[in-house]
Amino acid sequence: MTLADLARPWAAMSYGFLDASAKRELRRKMIKAVCVPGCQMPYASREVPMARGWGTGGLQVSLTLINPRTRVKVIDQGADDSVNAASIRRFLARVSGAPVTLDTLEADLIQSRHRVPEEILRSDQVLVLQVPNPEPLRPVQPNMSIARQMHADADYGRMWLQLYEQIVRSGRVMQGASYPSMVNGRHVMTPSPIPRWDVPKLHMARHLTILSAGREKRIFAVPPFTRVEPLVFDDVPYRVEDHGGLTCARSGARGVFMNEIPQSDGGSAHEVSDSEWGVKTIRHRDGEAVRMGETWYRDGRFVAPRPGPDPGPRSVRTDADPDPVPGGGAP
Amino acid sequence: MTPVLDIRGLSKGFVLHHLGRNLAAFDDISFAVADGEFVLIKGANGAGKSTLLRTLYRSYLPQAGQILFRSDHGPIDLARAADVDITHLRRTEIGFVTQFLTARPRVSAEALVAEPLRLAGIAPDRALTEARHWLRTFGVKAALWPAYPTTFSGGEQQKVNLARALIRPRKLLLLDEPTASLDAGARTALVRRLADLKARGAAMIGVFHHPDDVAHLIDRVIDLTPDAPSQEDRHDVVV
Amino acid sequence: MTLTLDAPRIVTARPLLRVAGVTKSYGPVQALRDVDATAYPGEVLGIVGESGSGKSTLLRMMNLEEAPDRGTYTLDLEDAPGNLFDLDRFARRMLCATRIGIVYQNPHLGLLMTHSSSGNVAERLLVAGERRFAVLRDKARAALAASEFPLDRLDAPPIELSGGMQQRVQLAKAIALEPALLLLDEPTTGLDVSVQALVLDTLKRLQQERRITMVIVSHDLGVIRTLADRVMVMRRGAVVEAGLADQIFQDPQHAYTQQLVHAKL
Repeated sequence: MTLADLARPWAAMSYGFLDASAKRELRRKMIKAVCVPGCQMPYASREVPMARGWGTGGLQVSLTLINPRTRVKVIDQGADDSVNAASIRRFLARVSGAPVTLDTLEADLIQSRHRVPEEILRSDQVLVLQVPNPEPLRPVQPNMSIARQMHADADYGRMWLQLYEQIVRSGRVMQGASYPSMVNGRHVMTPSPIPRWDVPKLHMARHLTILSAGREKRIFAVPPFTRVEPLVFDDVPYRVEDHGGLTCARSGARGVFMNEIPQSDGGSAHEVSDSEWGVKTIRHRDGEAVRMGETWYRDGRFVAPRPGPDPGPRSVRTDADPDPVPGGGAP
Repeated sequence: MTPVLDIRGLSKGFVLHHLGRNLAAFDDISFAVADGEFVLIKGANGAGKSTLLRTLYRSYLPQAGQILFRSDHGPIDLARAADVDITHLRRTEIGFVTQFLTARPRVSAEALVAEPLRLAGIAPDRALTEARHWLRTFGVKAALWPAYPTTFSGGEQQKVNLARALIRPRKLLLLDEPTASLDAGARTALVRRLADLKARGAAMIGVFHHPDDVAHLIDRVIDLTPDAPSQEDRHDVVV
Repeated sequence: MTLTLDAPRIVTARPLLRVAGVTKSYGPVQALRDVDATAYPGEVLGIVGESGSGKSTLLRMMNLEEAPDRGTYTLDLEDAPGNLFDLDRFARRMLCATRIGIVYQNPHLGLLMTHSSSGNVAERLLVAGERRFAVLRDKARAALAASEFPLDRLDAPPIELSGGMQQRVQLAKAIALEPALLLLDEPTTGLDVSVQALVLDTLKRLQQERRITMVIVSHDLGVIRTLADRVMVMRRGAVVEAGLADQIFQDPQHAYTQQLVHAKL
């Protein structure tokens, strides 16, 4: 018997690119993150063939979760066809042999940058969000050691102070994306730079969301059926973008989140941000048989049905709802 | 009835560390003051008249002896009483009347005079009404009541100070030359107020440059001049 | 000669603040030696001493920013049990936010310089759990008004304000939650004399209106004389003398106090 008989045959790399110990660490940290929803877990972010800050955190999670039967969808700002999304999707398929899809309904694993798809995710689906800056306290506490103590003490007063300052200066909360949210009533997280529109989709959702920052080496999670509550004042409600009245110039889709496309005449056109939803809308219009899933929003209003115990009354307001800021606002 | 104030073997001197010297002020003084009694302290310059008053008020720490005061809360030795107790007694039972006003910026004359009443828990508007009454009595012009006394002349400041010091009846009043350089009208008002307080039972110990102003109030004179008659004899000196 | 005074007999209230046997060394430097201090409800305790006397260290300990090597610190409050130096970080933070206010000499220590002035005050309320915008706004406005801050500058950031105004913002923040104890660390040092007088006047007025117990640390005897009922004189980490303010200034007993008083007056 030779040593070679005992060893595994040489391979250019491990299955799914990452070596077994890296995956084991990630699995453990993901379990920890699920156990303490919203709490940032440090991990030894590995090198992947992509620059830090381009989704390496999300990629490592996807590489760990993937198997040959996992159907993978990758989106970047809602689009499946951007260079970054296409590259990551191709890479994931090449190193794992996993099938790929553009259809949210067919996907088992969705890696995303800056958006949550418009179709309601199911309990058998996992959403992986790429996170550039995982620390919601960074704007108010640059010292990360103190920030961790603040998390430990649930000392989040300064987060509301940020909101207070925005209202005082601008008359309303200006935070557009990465809206700080309380997870499970305990930890404040930044839900990655998804628009305000997408934050309610994480609240008491059926699916598991894992958020991973490769450059910052932090992982955190929102398990299924977990409260995700945007930080608000009791008398200043949370609002999502008012996109209910916008129509997609290409697909004619309405009532979902739109990208604004500036026009040469100074005006602007709008386009569905979730590109596959636009594609499906066009196919449906053209008479093709497409399966269009139920969406979180209908006519710009959040209407996702909630199974199981009622997490309490919830109404998500949009920017269009009249609701003057109490106590004055900006001078 | 026990005297309101019973001073036994009181001594005070100053240790001047930078000179390495002891400066004696008075030594082994004993006398008692009854309710409604007016005691005049006299003595040559430097005999320690003002020092005695300040020692009784505890602005100066006595070196030996007792100052037994019959307070509303029972007898207490002012020479040894805790600082908080002294602060409390100064606010409620023991008054110190000088000719100098400690004015504070941006506090009006009437507010300054009303302050002792407000600190005693009297409603602000009532305190203010009474403050104005005393300002009028001591001859401060109404136009000055809402003004800041920091800008007043010495004479006007003194009147404000008297109004403030005497607005609230006290059990024991220490008078440190309150009449000095006071105009006739205010002096009359002061003497009348003192007589009134005395009639209501206030004991007074006073130092006066011109005791004639208050001659009819004086019950007893105590001479602090070192070669004066002994303590026992001083008790019986009556003008 | 030191004369030991009797325990209080007329004033039956317990001291609000009691510091006992506090000792602290930084390496070979002994910053505090066996320091005792008490302050009764509504009383203003002044602490004087030159720089390095340990007075600011003592004040920081009263604000629970630092723990001594030895000693105890109690506040006579229902929600402040036992020796406060033994509290954990969480309990310490809540106690400081709700019961103790502080004004630092350097406003950078006490304020977020680029946030709005009202926001600086609101932060205190936020720490204590207030989550209604309108209430935050009203209370911040009221606290700023009480410290005589010009309300037309309500939302100006402290960095754009004068030194005197910055101290008023600190003061408003300190009193926003109606603390039981207000700590003042050289609150007027570095201000113009005229501005100093105004800030002192505000402090005096607040003290009389609200009967807040105050501890004020200063090397400026005039400040202490204006505000304090009782004075503690510190030197090289130890208390050399304590007494009624007028007694300390008119009849100082200790050689060091005499030197201090005569040098300044």
